Amino acid sequence: MKTIYLDNNATTMAAPEVVEEMLPFLREYYGNPSSMHTFGGQVAHNILEARQKIASLLGADHDEIIFTSCGTESDNTAITSALSNNPGKNHIVTSRVEHPAVKVLCENLAQKGYRVTSLPVDPEGRLDMDEYEASLTPDTAIASIMWANNETGVIFPVEEAARLAHEKGILFHTDAVQAIGKIPVNMKKNTIDMLSLSGHKLHAPKGIGVLYVRKGTRFSPFLIGGHQEKGRRGGTENVPGIVALGKACELAAVNMEKENTYVRALRDRLENELLKTIPQSKVNGTRETRLPNTVNISFEFIEGESILLLMDQFGICASSGSACTSGSLQPSHVLRAMGVPYTMAHGSVRFSLSVYNTAGDVDAVIKELPAIIEKLRVLSPYWATSQGTCATA
Amino acid sequence: MWEYTDKVKEHFLNPRNAGEIENPDAVAEVGSIACGDAMKLTMKLDENKRIVDAKFKTFGCASAIASASALTEILKGKTIEEAEKITNQEIADYLGGLPPEKMHCSVLGQEALEKAIENYRGVSHKKPEEVIVCACFGLTDGEIERAVRQNHLTSIEEVTNYTKAGGGCGNCHEKIQAIIDRVYETKERQEQPVERPKLSNLQKIRMIEETIEREIRPSLKHDGGDIELVDVVGNRVLVAMRGACATCQASQATMKGFVQGKLQEFVAPELVVEEVAS
Repeated sequence: MKTIYLDNNATTMAAPEVVEEMLPFLREYYGNPSSMHTFGGQVAHNILEARQKIASLLGADHDEIIFTSCGTESDNTAITSALSNNPGKNHIVTSRVEHPAVKVLCENLAQKGYRVTSLPVDPEGRLDMDEYEASLTPDTAIASIMWANNETGVIFPVEEAARLAHEKGILFHTDAVQAIGKIPVNMKKNTIDMLSLSGHKLHAPKGIGVLYVRKGTRFSPFLIGGHQEKGRRGGTENVPGIVALGKACELAAVNMEKENTYVRALRDRLENELLKTIPQSKVNGTRETRLPNTVNISFEFIEGESILLLMDQFGICASSGSACTSGSLQPSHVLRAMGVPYTMAHGSVRFSLSVYNTAGDVDAVIKELPAIIEKLRVLSPYWATSQGTCATA
Repeated sequence: MWEYTDKVKEHFLNPRNAGEIENPDAVAEVGSIACGDAMKLTMKLDENKRIVDAKFKTFGCASAIASASALTEILKGKTIEEAEKITNQEIADYLGGLPPEKMHCSVLGQEALEKAIENYRGVSHKKPEEVIVCACFGLTDGEIERAVRQNHLTSIEEVTNYTKAGGGCGNCHEKIQAIIDRVYETKERQEQPVERPKLSNLQKIRMIEETIEREIRPSLKHDGGDIELVDVVGNRVLVAMRGACATCQASQATMKGFVQGKLQEFVAPELVVEEVAS
């Protein structure tokens, strides 16, 4: 059975070019870039090259790129660094829809005595910027708002948020893990102090991330050890991962237009067809400012895990915000923050596309999903009672 | 990804006895959409009180659907007395086992059966003295205690896996622990009845306000809701739900129990909460 992979916000396929690029560093060039001998030392320039490619995608200077192991490490580093460099300040501003890498960290910090403001979002998943501005106080050490939401794809006005934070002398960090490679980002045109990205979300392998730290930002390392990354992140460099991420960023720059035309068109067709053929379905999150590859759609009165497992029978891969798939007993914190009713939240499915998807992939979902939804609705005690005449529609 | 047995997958993909019996002799609805799973069970019995047909409708995950399907298969041909003895473990065993986090699906099936039998006999379900412990999922102390006894549960985590209680905001963990402790206490504690001083109306209102502020409001706000004290008339506490609580389906059933439980615990046991629109 062919795999129809529509779960690219979870992780992506490493691009074939990326794999080619990294293989020599697993096979021949396995040296440690810190070594004195030529064999090891020679890979240092491959790291520099990769650093430049990543900087180029971000509109950054290569000195502003710190390699980490993943998006979570980047997020943790940024926030804890801001706190340790602002010892008098005790307040963190964030949102209720952040990835757990920020959300749970902030909850832990709250337990340690920090004051955390988690800003709500409206039913469309958007921040109220007046409320954001009002939450910034003299004791705020850092504001951390994601660039784009992983579940809904909703894009936040982080450049504006950074400007407002700076007016009050507050550091600004953004988790841009879902944005990088999908929408243009130019750090020369904004004042964001720190930005997290993750390799495996843009067709590099797992285990490599970046924290961008703007020049002049006071910084404390999270992993303390060797002199690597100019003392900003201890630990021997993940050379194959770094080289792979460099290549992936180079490809992302090339594919950016395709992402916003071809991928967007596929996503739009998927979304519109599903809304048209499946009654009582609704898109979660504003359709105005949204990543081009993501659609989060709820099918009322059924449960997400069941939908995913029935789609799995056809090789279709997606995600759900239902309680049963989250590992907790509550549906997704993002959908709850948006006030999505339980009848909808449990039946949410996220499709996230990439440039490797084809019209055939989308067609398969459009063909199979209506019957899957109908099968589960016939089983649901709520469908018949709520629908009456629609029960057999 | 959950580790489901082949039998679970098979019953999920090809559910037996899905649907609803017309003019059933016994009917039960358990769970709710807010909880993430719900089930409707209908049964037809013959003159010898033998179950000749059983059908289900389930809203929920694969294991909830499979558990309901298994239950109806187990039920057919059994007398009401035989059916009464079926435990949630039997449902799980029929399916070759369920992941620990999914045992609540089998408990849901057993609850539906229990309620259907009560419906058949015409007796009421929840005993009035039971109070809501887990406000998020609407579980009473009696339901939790039964699950602890039947399945020999010894930790809060196990109670959550079997009943969902404690899986939401977590505010009830202490109470769940207390139920576990109570079940395993070998010696019955000789508790002195607590002497409560008689409260003046002003004292009572102040204590109600304090309890709402300290014990109730934080967990409602956690889910985007709020509560407002409208009036206190004798032992009647009139409240209005705000924010998410005002529209939440779970609020009617569980919030009243939760608020009342807290006020009875911290202010006076004779208080009754009434929700008013304002």
